Amino acid sequence: MKNIWAICKKEIKTYFTSPIAYVVITVFLVLIGFFFYSLIWWFNSQSLQMAQNQYYYQQLNINQMVYSPLFHNMSIILLLMVPLLTMRLFSEEKKRQTDELLFTSPISVNQIILGKYFASLLVLLVMLSLTGILSIFVFSYGNPELAPILSGYLGLFLVGAAFLAVGIFFSSLTENQIVSAILTFGALLLFWILNWASYSAGGMWKSVLNYLSFFQHFDDMTRGILDTTDVVYYLSFIFLGLFLTHSVIQSRRWR
Amino acid sequence: MIEVENLTKKYGDLVAVKNLSFKVEKGKIWGLLGPNAAGKTTTMRILTGYLPATDGKASVADYDVFEKPNDVKKITGYLPENVPIYPEMTVHSYLNFVSEIKQIPASQRKEAVEKAVEISGLETVQRRLIKNISRGFKQRVGIAQALIHNPQVLVLDEPTIGLDPAQIIEIRQLIKSLKGKRTILLSTHILAEVTQTCDGVVIINEGNLMASGSLEELTASFKEKEGVLIKLKKGGKSILSLLQKIRGVDKVSAVGDEFKIEWTEGKGVRDEITKLVVDKELGLIEMRPLAMNIEDLYLKVISGGVNQ
Repeated sequence: MKNIWAICKKEIKTYFTSPIAYVVITVFLVLIGFFFYSLIWWFNSQSLQMAQNQYYYQQLNINQMVYSPLFHNMSIILLLMVPLLTMRLFSEEKKRQTDELLFTSPISVNQIILGKYFASLLVLLVMLSLTGILSIFVFSYGNPELAPILSGYLGLFLVGAAFLAVGIFFSSLTENQIVSAILTFGALLLFWILNWASYSAGGMWKSVLNYLSFFQHFDDMTRGILDTTDVVYYLSFIFLGLFLTHSVIQSRRWR
Repeated sequence: MIEVENLTKKYGDLVAVKNLSFKVEKGKIWGLLGPNAAGKTTTMRILTGYLPATDGKASVADYDVFEKPNDVKKITGYLPENVPIYPEMTVHSYLNFVSEIKQIPASQRKEAVEKAVEISGLETVQRRLIKNISRGFKQRVGIAQALIHNPQVLVLDEPTIGLDPAQIIEIRQLIKSLKGKRTILLSTHILAEVTQTCDGVVIINEGNLMASGSLEELTASFKEKEGVLIKLKKGGKSILSLLQKIRGVDKVSAVGDEFKIEWTEGKGVRDEITKLVVDKELGLIEMRPLAMNIEDLYLKVISGGVNQ
């Protein structure tokens, strides 16, 4: 644990002494702010229109009309941002040959991987918590339900964590940061749109593709449905990503 | 302290190290000598646990490198060829990080960092970012990093590469000052470095062991003839033939303005030469024994391949 923390601390310092973390967080917040603003604006205009009709007026739901699409937008932006957070984690060590220091120190490969992974999770957590400021406005002027918002955030965190695990894996594959980022982006996008293929597929393939897609599991969570299969899906994705990273690093040294 | 037995490392079809065996005794400095791509770095990487070997055994302080890598890593300090530094860190925070991953207990970390800074002479730059300090200081940061956990064994891969002459001397003195307390294996292709700092040498070429032993042993075994170099006021062919006539002398040759006189070991021709020089008033300026230096040894071993 102590060793994981040592690596984690160093990575956090690197994130925040270089511009990477600031740039990623700022761009993320600006985009989310814009989405939030336009969704609220749209919700307002809908409210004004529907105020005429009692029945429709009761159908208005800020959770469904603002938060649910906002969470989807956030997850897409995460998909664009995460490769930038993970691309240097192992690529840079390899390129600068600082991995020789890490791997000749009395710490295990697992501890190194986890330290780096936790540091990137922390940046993700900072990104997501800062968007919480937006909810202050919603809660002070309206009355949304809290539970779906929390489950949406949990979903976002899990999605982000799975993205990071994929990113760290690709970072261990190459010493070129750009290659690592592009591979991560491509893989994430593929898993995201996997359920498109399921429209035309039939039978077992349909459910397999649906199960594998990031989208399907996330969608429930943004609507406040918390299912353990979804949580298990993301956790197994994280485990797989980290496990593959470990295998890549070990096999590199044995080759 | 360091023992390597029949070590072999293959990268695919390429054999980097072939059946290498050598031994470094406790408290000694040994040089790992060889041309580029001889397998020096590979050997060191295996010893420090960075790379596994394809075959053979290696142990540091009786710990097997492959079975107990963590025990070996705890007592070994390693300076790789490319100093493993993070340019965006300050010297101090870097050393602090290294002290953490080298398992120094929290209570002793501050002291360990201070001591490493002091030994490597980094006091003036410890608050600066590593990317802003000179090459020489970066190399010292590398040495400080290797020393921080007070290891019994030091493995230094070309510690003086890229430094200016004054820095090279300083680093050499630093390494010499560590002698006795620590066992050191350093690789280099600067031959003078070996004679100045090392007790013994392992010479490898293309992954093969060419020779190993203490410096005295090696030079003695390769020396076939004894001899002197003399410098006289007078010169010319007549003197050459005069010297040739001394009993026991095998060969006399003119080397620049000096004469090289060689004879087969143990006959003590030196007195005869001195007598001749004095008798004929040749005006002796200098006379020194003809020692086989490390350079001759190295070239001989690399080209000839005599196993020791």
